[in-house]
Amino acid sequence: MADPSGMGLWGVPLALFAGATRVSTPFIWVSLGECLTEKSGRINLGQEGTLIMGAMTGFAVAYKTNSAWLGVFAAGLIGAMLGCVHAWLCSRPRVNDVAVGIGLMLFGTGLAFFLGKPFIQPTAPTLPAIPLGFWSKSPEIRYALQINSLFFIGALLAPAMFWMFNRTRWGLIVRTVGESVDAARAMGYSINGVRAYATAAGGFLAGIGGAFLSLYYPGGWSEGLSSGQGLMAVALVIFARWNPLNCLYAALLFGAAGALAPALQSVGVTSYRYMFIAAPYMLTLAIMVLTSSRTRTLIGVPAELTVSR
Amino acid sequence: MSAPAAEPKTSAASTLDYSAPLPLTSRIPLHWAESLCISLAALISAFILFGIFVGCAGANPVESMRLMYRGAFGTPFSWQNTLVRAAPLMLTGLCTALPLRLGMVIIGGEGALALGALTAAGTAHLLPNSSPTVVILSMVITGCAVGGLWVALAGSLKYYRGVNETISSLLLNYIAIAILNQMVEGPMHDPESLNTPSTWSIGDDNMLGKIADTLQSWTGFWNHCPAWLQDWIPAHLSDVHWGFVWGVVLCFLMWVLMDHTIIGFAARIVGGNMRAARVAGLSVGMITVLVCWLGGAAAGLAGVVEVAANQERANANITAQGYGYTGILVAFIARANPLAIIPVAILIGGINASGGLLQRRQNLPDATVLVLQGIIFLMILAFETFYGRLKIFRRKEKVLVPNG
Repeated sequence: MADPSGMGLWGVPLALFAGATRVSTPFIWVSLGECLTEKSGRINLGQEGTLIMGAMTGFAVAYKTNSAWLGVFAAGLIGAMLGCVHAWLCSRPRVNDVAVGIGLMLFGTGLAFFLGKPFIQPTAPTLPAIPLGFWSKSPEIRYALQINSLFFIGALLAPAMFWMFNRTRWGLIVRTVGESVDAARAMGYSINGVRAYATAAGGFLAGIGGAFLSLYYPGGWSEGLSSGQGLMAVALVIFARWNPLNCLYAALLFGAAGALAPALQSVGVTSYRYMFIAAPYMLTLAIMVLTSSRTRTLIGVPAELTVSR
Repeated sequence: MSAPAAEPKTSAASTLDYSAPLPLTSRIPLHWAESLCISLAALISAFILFGIFVGCAGANPVESMRLMYRGAFGTPFSWQNTLVRAAPLMLTGLCTALPLRLGMVIIGGEGALALGALTAAGTAHLLPNSSPTVVILSMVITGCAVGGLWVALAGSLKYYRGVNETISSLLLNYIAIAILNQMVEGPMHDPESLNTPSTWSIGDDNMLGKIADTLQSWTGFWNHCPAWLQDWIPAHLSDVHWGFVWGVVLCFLMWVLMDHTIIGFAARIVGGNMRAARVAGLSVGMITVLVCWLGGAAAGLAGVVEVAANQERANANITAQGYGYTGILVAFIARANPLAIIPVAILIGGINASGGLLQRRQNLPDATVLVLQGIIFLMILAFETFYGRLKIFRRKEKVLVPNG
């Protein structure tokens, strides 16, 4: 982290901005993936495991092939595979998608720790960042404006997904399956098929989010790399009311909350460090309490979703 | 944020109705043999898959299985190791199992465990000159109360605000661990703990005893024991602390409560059909919060046991084993039956205990046991699909033939 202490208190918002673009990127990818899955009427709590598997795979492939982008692609593929496992298990009658998600979370974490053992020490090529702060002499501003390309791709993906849901045939099919199984069946769509595609695609996006963790920020593969981001992204989708554009804004907010602790630390505020680290979790919980309701169905919730029933 | 300008709709599928089709809390009373057979089949397939997995990883599957058995149950030493690990798993398993009876998937055992441990250490510090019995009893009461409150919070948020309990309990885990770390490094820090920042020690005298030592100290009992028991107990229970007995007793009590009392009956009605429960005049909110509190209290007790039997003080090591998360697996394998939790916790404790031997002899990483746990979890869930579909377990419908 750059040291903005030379800038006095102005360093805090700058460090917050720098942190927000970095911390929020995995949130953007995972929440968009989860949004797609949930629109089809299934919730995948296994995104946490997908994220960790993606981080491990991305790092391992980047290390072996010396290409960070190949790592990102491999991470997406492994995420899609985990999504397929989720979809296959859930397609069987009487199998509960929330429980399968928790199972996949434990399985993905264990598998990543198992396969990732040899990759804890070495360094792999990192993803390139775009130096938008080239005009400034201040190293703090240059650092803050050094934004990774995956952030921009994710930020563009959000409106693209919004457009897909609202203006394309595919989006309509996914929404139909998520809103009314009976209507989708009457139209001749395979419920499990559509959900399998949506879950696999969601897993692909979450895997890429994981690759960002190990290939850019915080960088490197270690067993403590992800701390619940995958599940916070699920809460984020609820907060964003299943709207991809809102997912983007919410991810930025969560990113800023996650960047709070390092930003304050950089100006010397170290007391209550752990409470600031817990800030994103408290924010998520507070938002969930404020936006949920006892008697009303949430606005915008896909009607077939388990959490909404 | 910009909410879509849709009218809030009051749908028939209200958020409150959390009796989502969760097979684990099936409305149809299942035959116990069906649960046992399907769970065993799931476990066997999980072990076969795991054998293929370690085979692919370059280890000998048959040898690995043999080593796992040896590391878990093969020798008196490994058997004790297994039982020590099973003790907190029974308690954290209850934390997920009890709310599961209501159809709620709570994964907040880790947070309740962390806070239970922290509270226990604080309580012991406030009672410096009391007798060990008083200190241990106070630690249990406060640890259970705080752990219970933490999970009851998730339960009441579900009932009163419709907040998804799975996600909220997970977030509460992270918040609890942050509170633990903050207290351990701040207000409750013991300056004498150098390597790992910790709270004050609870004191040697207040530690939970080992089962064998206590039994031997009861001379009246010990002298009447048959000779083989006098040999067997020190060999098999000298490292096992009383927390294991607490776990077994609590599982049994919870089984009685959930399956043989009016409270358990009410909880089953809430889990089966909330609307029916409300029509019947049950206070659904009370039952929800109470059952969640009991689950959290069990996990809080696990934290107390970890402090009072193993760590002696609360610090970050309390959550290093991940007992809270493994407890979720225990609860699901046991199909939320408190009595089944006892053998399942011993099985999973054994799998955890065998990790070291696998690492040394087969050169497999220590995460191997995590992979096995994940495979078991997925297979148990995949086999849910067979419930009610196997003909031999289907009950014959009684045809009433009118007389004459």
